[in-house]
Amino acid sequence: MNLYAIKSIYRFEMARAWRTLTQSIISPVLSTSLYFVVFGAAIGSRIPEVDGVSYGSFIVPGLIMLSLLTQSISNASFGIYFPRFTGTIYEVLSAPVSYLEIVIAYVGAAASKSLILGVIILATAGLFVDLRIEHPFWMMLFFVLTAITFSLLGFIIGIWADGFEKLQLVPMLIVTPLTFLGGSFYSIKMLPPFWQTVTLFNPVVYLVSGFRWSFYGIADVSPALSLGMTVFFLVACIALVAWIFKTGYRLKP
Amino acid sequence: MTTMLSVSNLSKVYEGGFTALKDINLDIRRGEIFALLGPNGAGKTTLISIICGLVNASAGKVTVGGHDIVDDYRAARSLIGLVPQELTTDAFETVFSAVSFSRGLFGKAPDPVYIEKVLRSLSLWDKRNNKIMTLSGGMKRRLLIAKALSHEPRMLFLDEPTAGVDVELRRDMWNLVRGLREDGVTILLTTHYIEEAEEMADRIGVIRKGEIILVENKATLMHQLGKKQLTVHLQSPLDAVPDSLAAYALERGEDGHALTYTYDTEREHPGITDLLADLNTAGIGFKDVNTTQSSLEDIFVSLVKK
Repeated sequence: MNLYAIKSIYRFEMARAWRTLTQSIISPVLSTSLYFVVFGAAIGSRIPEVDGVSYGSFIVPGLIMLSLLTQSISNASFGIYFPRFTGTIYEVLSAPVSYLEIVIAYVGAAASKSLILGVIILATAGLFVDLRIEHPFWMMLFFVLTAITFSLLGFIIGIWADGFEKLQLVPMLIVTPLTFLGGSFYSIKMLPPFWQTVTLFNPVVYLVSGFRWSFYGIADVSPALSLGMTVFFLVACIALVAWIFKTGYRLKP
Repeated sequence: MTTMLSVSNLSKVYEGGFTALKDINLDIRRGEIFALLGPNGAGKTTLISIICGLVNASAGKVTVGGHDIVDDYRAARSLIGLVPQELTTDAFETVFSAVSFSRGLFGKAPDPVYIEKVLRSLSLWDKRNNKIMTLSGGMKRRLLIAKALSHEPRMLFLDEPTAGVDVELRRDMWNLVRGLREDGVTILLTTHYIEEAEEMADRIGVIRKGEIILVENKATLMHQLGKKQLTVHLQSPLDAVPDSLAAYALERGEDGHALTYTYDTEREHPGITDLLADLNTAGIGFKDVNTTQSSLEDIFVSLVKK
């Protein structure tokens, strides 16, 4: 394995995050803090507890998941799209680097950035609301698996996109609405029965539910199902990435 | 001399049916400078891109240093350095970190001393902490060469290396390339500047419409295909070439003020003395004579026009 190559790409990507600190870290932390102020403190104080958890605390896992999904996609898609756009991808493609190493480096860096961000948001949340983590191991597992899965999805989007507009298309038009409608700010049990069934087709429901269960032991769907769905998305993304490299789709004519 | 690069029956048909390369066969010897000439769209960049792993071949086989570029891509690619045609760089990186990044990509441990040596040889050391966006076009071109050399390649591909650079930088690059050759690096360059190939190459290949139409030693090529011409500048203009001089196939030029005689230097008697004597006999006075030889450019133009 070309460890030097993995390290080089990984460090390069992480250095880019530090160069764009405002955009990479400060901006998402600020927006999440605003969610806490608005939904947690201002509106949340008028909302009753959900399954014995105060509303401010209840939304923390959903908000972290919202950032984790959008940032993982954004980091990974930009990370691979930008060298394609500028043409510097030639260097990676002509180097003695395997596809697996390329994915480990780019996806690893994107996932690392999202995880760092998630931890910062978690710490920020602790300043606003009471937090408890009942299942720290499962919390970390959901946290890491989701970051990797959605970084892989971002990587796929970055290869598929042929313009900056498309780069934003999936996160803005699909992922963000699904996350908002996936129980980030409410329990799906609050919905009418028909919409509860419809919501189960939203894959983000399983991620948010499993993650929230690891915090407070409450869940909309079974934690095992949540974990199964997370692993299913991960495997689907890995399969798609493998196909991309096998065919050279949008990378090698 | 052993073979460094071997291309066998290589073809490339892009999606949509455009055939970029047709059954290319080419061997590049270890330690030589090979210039690949061809008009735009001839297939030069496609050929280099396949060898370097940027484009998939439709058919054929390529080995670098004896390593297949598909089955043994790690070994093959680690021998290769590529300087692309376009100035593709990361604008926000510093020169030093960009070159160090390239070295890491090729699986080499960090070696600041070697990077310094490369940067100094390309007059980039003073710019090592500058962001790439602040560099001039010529400096960026040097940077691309530095990146390609960062992992100590044994074969260097230079795709139009001096396109858009000034004369001084071009001379510097030629010297650098000669230095690399002295270190045993094999070099394949594509160029539009015939002067460049004439100046540096050991062998020359000409590619046209995806086919290699000629591979030859530069000296042999110029010797075989080069024509020499003698131009006689007349004292008085001639309306027509006299019949007595028909055997020389003279061409009138400068409104009859000059006659040009094309001859073969290989012949024992090129006929120059006879021509001058016959001009004298015909009463045609002349005030000057000069000779010219075909340049590589003339040869190239005549080949690609065919």
